[in-house]
Amino acid sequence: MSTLATHVSVARAIAMKDLRAELRGRQAVTSTLFLAALTLLIFGFALGPDQARLATAAPGLLWLAVVLSGVLALGRIHHLETDDGAFELLALYPVPRSAIYLGKVLGGVAAMVALGALVLPLTVILYSLDPAGSLPGLVVVIVLGAVGFAAVGTLYAGLTIRLRAREVLLPLLLLPVVAPLLLAAVTATTGLIAGDPFGEVSAWLQLLIGYDLVMLLAGGLVYGLALEE
Amino acid sequence: MAMRVLGVSAVVAVIGAVAFALFVVPADLNQGDAQRTMYIHVASAWLAYLSFGITALASIWWLVRRDPRADAVALAGAEVGVLFTAAAIWAGMMWGKPVWGTFWQWEDPRLSTTALLLALYVGYLLIRRLTDEPARRATRAAVVGIIAAIDIPVVHFSVIWWRGLHQPPTFGSPDTLLNPPAPGQFVAALLLMLGAFMVAWLWMMITRYRLARLEWDAEEAARRRALPVLAPPPVDTRAEPRAERMHEPMP
Repeated sequence: MSTLATHVSVARAIAMKDLRAELRGRQAVTSTLFLAALTLLIFGFALGPDQARLATAAPGLLWLAVVLSGVLALGRIHHLETDDGAFELLALYPVPRSAIYLGKVLGGVAAMVALGALVLPLTVILYSLDPAGSLPGLVVVIVLGAVGFAAVGTLYAGLTIRLRAREVLLPLLLLPVVAPLLLAAVTATTGLIAGDPFGEVSAWLQLLIGYDLVMLLAGGLVYGLALEE
Repeated sequence: MAMRVLGVSAVVAVIGAVAFALFVVPADLNQGDAQRTMYIHVASAWLAYLSFGITALASIWWLVRRDPRADAVALAGAEVGVLFTAAAIWAGMMWGKPVWGTFWQWEDPRLSTTALLLALYVGYLLIRRLTDEPARRATRAAVVGIIAAIDIPVVHFSVIWWRGLHQPPTFGSPDTLLNPPAPGQFVAALLLMLGAFMVAWLWMMITRYRLARLEWDAEEAARRRALPVLAPPPVDTRAEPRAERMHEPMP
């Protein structure tokens, strides 16, 4: 089998395994969906009842809700692997490490997209946004954001999986690294909702794509080290 | 002995550079004495970037060769770099309060970039602290060190982009740049400060490197003493650091 075919089939098998575990146990992502929804509600209380102010802040709040619950979701997806030494078994499979990484990233992307699919309509309802024609663009931004976030998050979740303080350390490591992603996603979202008045959205989408590619490449190269140790 | 000479000359050089910046160079026409903090700010920021660059290179060196010396260099770079980053942010805020009127200015892309830089490498130092076994610690830290180094330019450009095409405020307002009261002396003070800080930086790097090597050896020795008693054989072989396995002759 060619290396590409191996990569695809291994990645698919691992992603399907994560998906199946999630659908049966509902341990990693489902609970964080509620957290994301709750975060949006709490932001409303924190910023007060001013409707216009909430609408201005909405793109930032949307992404903060996705990122904060996303950190937990990605951490949980890896955390489940520590049961019964599953992570060690995963490391023992005679397949390319980058394929394992790709599979875990795919599972992470699915989780992040699920988060985005919940948070976006909730933001629209709670903060009375009018996305109208910008919906396809917003979906693209959420998918690109999900890929970049899952690319770094999967690497760092694998790296911290054996640490006692992993729940604290994962966001501490991850948040500064995804800061440019957050910046690009929020700015693109703001631009799309406003109808792209400055014609800058495509530049931010390019930044997102570049970020995704660089982080996927870096993660694919070094994720094996997290498994090996 | 050589280190003592280096340490003493660092102290003398920094005192000399500070005295020059405080008493010899005239105060800036518009910013007054506040401008003098910029010598410390700029010199610290440059050395911070230098330190993190060294950490990134040493991280790659560790991953390729599993050389304990590489890990010691990476640690020295990160720790000294965090120190200089904090100094740069502190000096920047001390300058910002009188000149901008606020400690923190979100319009300035460099300030937010530098704060993220600090966060990235504090994370690096934390993951080191939370891992007990030397070789594992070095590998985890190296991954974080490389990802942080990749992230720095992305952060930098995205933040500049985010602020539109504003020219970031640098030291000196447009007036002083157009009519510099004493450009030669300003540049001399900055270069002097940079030189003095570099001597101090070198002393810190070497001292921290040596300390890290001693720590590594002590940890290895302690582990070797403890392992046959504490750990059953299978765990024993698994916990053996890669660095040592690689040095074993092939059968």
